[in-house]
Amino acid sequence: MPATNETLTALEAVLQGLETSEFRGDTRATVPRESLAEVLRLLRDRRGFDLLVDVTCVDYLNYRDARDRFGLVYLLANTTTNERITLRVYVGESDPTIPSAVPLWEGANWLEREVYDMFGIVFEGHPDLRRILLPDEFTAFPLRKDYPLQGRGERHNFPVLRREEG
Amino acid sequence: MAIELPENVVVSKLDELASWCRKNSLWPMPFATACCGIELMATGASRHDLARFGAEVFRFSPRQCDLMIVAGRVVMKMLPVLQRIWQQMLEPKWCISMGACASTGGVFDTYCVVQGIDRFIPVDMYVPGCPPRPEQLIQAIIDLQDKIQREGTITGREFGLAARQQTKRALVELPIISGAPVLSSITR
Amino acid sequence: MSETINTLDAAIAAPPAGAPPQLDEQDYLWTLNFGPQHPATHTTLRLVLKLDGERVVDAIPDIGYLHSGFEKLGEHLDYNQYVTITDRMNYISPMANNVAWHGAVEKLLGLELTPRAKYLRVIVSELARISDHLLCNGAVGLDLGAFTFFLYAFNQREAIYDIFETVCGARFTNSYTRVGGLMHDATPLFVEKVRAFLRAFPKTLDDMDRLLNRNRIFMDRVKGVGILTKEEANGRSCTGPIARASGVTRDLRKDEPYLAYRDFDFNVCCATAGDCLARYLVRMAEMRESLKIVTQAIENLPSGPVNVGIDQRTALPQKRQVYSTIEGLISHFELVMSNRGFEVPHEETYAAIESPNGELGFYIVGDGNDTAYRARCRPPSYIHFAVFPHLIRGHTLSDVVAVLGSLNIIAAELDR
Repeated sequence: MPATNETLTALEAVLQGLETSEFRGDTRATVPRESLAEVLRLLRDRRGFDLLVDVTCVDYLNYRDARDRFGLVYLLANTTTNERITLRVYVGESDPTIPSAVPLWEGANWLEREVYDMFGIVFEGHPDLRRILLPDEFTAFPLRKDYPLQGRGERHNFPVLRREEG
Repeated sequence: MAIELPENVVVSKLDELASWCRKNSLWPMPFATACCGIELMATGASRHDLARFGAEVFRFSPRQCDLMIVAGRVVMKMLPVLQRIWQQMLEPKWCISMGACASTGGVFDTYCVVQGIDRFIPVDMYVPGCPPRPEQLIQAIIDLQDKIQREGTITGREFGLAARQQTKRALVELPIISGAPVLSSITR
Repeated sequence: MSETINTLDAAIAAPPAGAPPQLDEQDYLWTLNFGPQHPATHTTLRLVLKLDGERVVDAIPDIGYLHSGFEKLGEHLDYNQYVTITDRMNYISPMANNVAWHGAVEKLLGLELTPRAKYLRVIVSELARISDHLLCNGAVGLDLGAFTFFLYAFNQREAIYDIFETVCGARFTNSYTRVGGLMHDATPLFVEKVRAFLRAFPKTLDDMDRLLNRNRIFMDRVKGVGILTKEEANGRSCTGPIARASGVTRDLRKDEPYLAYRDFDFNVCCATAGDCLARYLVRMAEMRESLKIVTQAIENLPSGPVNVGIDQRTALPQKRQVYSTIEGLISHFELVMSNRGFEVPHEETYAAIESPNGELGFYIVGDGNDTAYRARCRPPSYIHFAVFPHLIRGHTLSDVVAVLGSLNIIAAELDR
């Protein structure tokens, strides 16, 4: 269910000139990075968005009409009224940092770690920002668009065991 | 000198006897990482019943097993674990690569999936399919049993073990040359 | 002298705020490495457990042992090809993943399915739910020593495999859905097999209930273990049976009815205890509700086409149309040729279904051509495994397998 007008009014009260759009029943709002923490807190405490459904990121390299290099996506849901809202935050390549949502939702912990692992976005205030899916010694961020699908040879970099060696 | 044998005595080579024992008591180690692992479970479960072919004693400790079934894709982070488990298994040991992902990487031609475990560990039997049906896995085990019966030796010649033992012995015998006391029984 | 002791005592009693724990405070703890190759992890995940005797003080999960780049592949395969990859994501219930992926693609395209396709998708996703819960509960039983229970469950899974094989030719990597419809229409044999399953399955379910529900050993090992409260379930983004066992009533089939779920009469199964037993019972009850849905759907299966028409230019036309009409032939070639396909809007959308494990959603960014620009999966297993250290703290080592089993962690979905 798309977000109600009251939610959007409440958001506009803290963010003048809020950009919202609707597509196939999804309400999307673009939030500047500085006010993300404030907006998330407002949505959770005042508007009852108690479920952080997902945190993810899109690399807009070579995307038509891209606003910035990375776009972070926060999907929120209200489990009582079934409202949903999508927040989008754009960050640049030179300074890919964003405030962490872990103080608000414990569930953001691993979601943000995955975004860090795959895109190299740094979440300020995250309690344990380490790689989660890839080995610690991995250096690249594989879901960035400039990383090739077949990788850069990391998958072949192992010793070979032969039968005679046991 | 002809020896008269009673009728209930069978004469065979020791190699064949050993292979016969080995092939009928394969203890698989299920290295089940992904989807093929579920088919591996189905093979062991009631309908397909791997016990009919004497290979149903799944053991999760590599030290108790002699057949590793790699079921599912192996990725960068998992490969060192796979190699370590392979090294922990005792000789004689065999390996079945179950499914397209373990054999070639399958549909996952990506940055982190190993493109076939045979690049890094020896494999005896490949099972095609994504995932293979339980019947296919059973067929692979039967084929492996045939292979063991055909090629198996007590000395492990088919694994190149004889050559390895030769080199080992050469290393141990070095002190003899330098005048150290002769060790009478270095043979393994 | 006494003064020194006093100051030392004071220092021990009140360590400076925010200081890391002293080394000798944790000295007596054991570290136990659990996995990545362990029978109770079912697939591949690793836990580093800190033990005080038999009690788990802390658990540090280490995952990624099956990370295969699903989301990167999603950017290189087209919307119909990627369904084969989603099969391998949650391989306990691949049909649900197929339905989720194409549900999201169809939302991006703005397609409305035919009633028959909707009903068939409901039937296969509910059968997938049954097969998932069978394996999950069976594995809980297996890990806690009830091997017979597992064999009962697996035998019924084989019946569901047979149904799926009839409808799409594969036992469990089905790839049954297509953009705008399904790979094949269901045959009368499929309907017959589903009806036979609906007749036979309640009996097995009763047997399974009788096997474990009054089993003292099983009960003692799952009751009161791994308790998750309702607030924690929401705050930690839990969904599906795990959240419902903690008193959350959210079920997307009721709350945001997708496909044809509006047409069916069924209940949402909830519990309030939030322990492993509640999760087990919720799953058992959900299987009965799924049976109700499948019964209603198979008896009221609408007739008509399963794919949207060729004027929509997304689903492959029927062979009769390809061979006898020029529009059908053109449409067929347009769709199967590389770099032609169909056009998607330059937009982003998120669509989710209630998969057996929880909310399974896809966030798709379309950039006009036939491959997604970004195909993000919202994996329930990943989110549920993050809860695990919280659930296990303070319990004994033997409870690790009980809690792991009840969370139903599927490694391929966990790591993608």
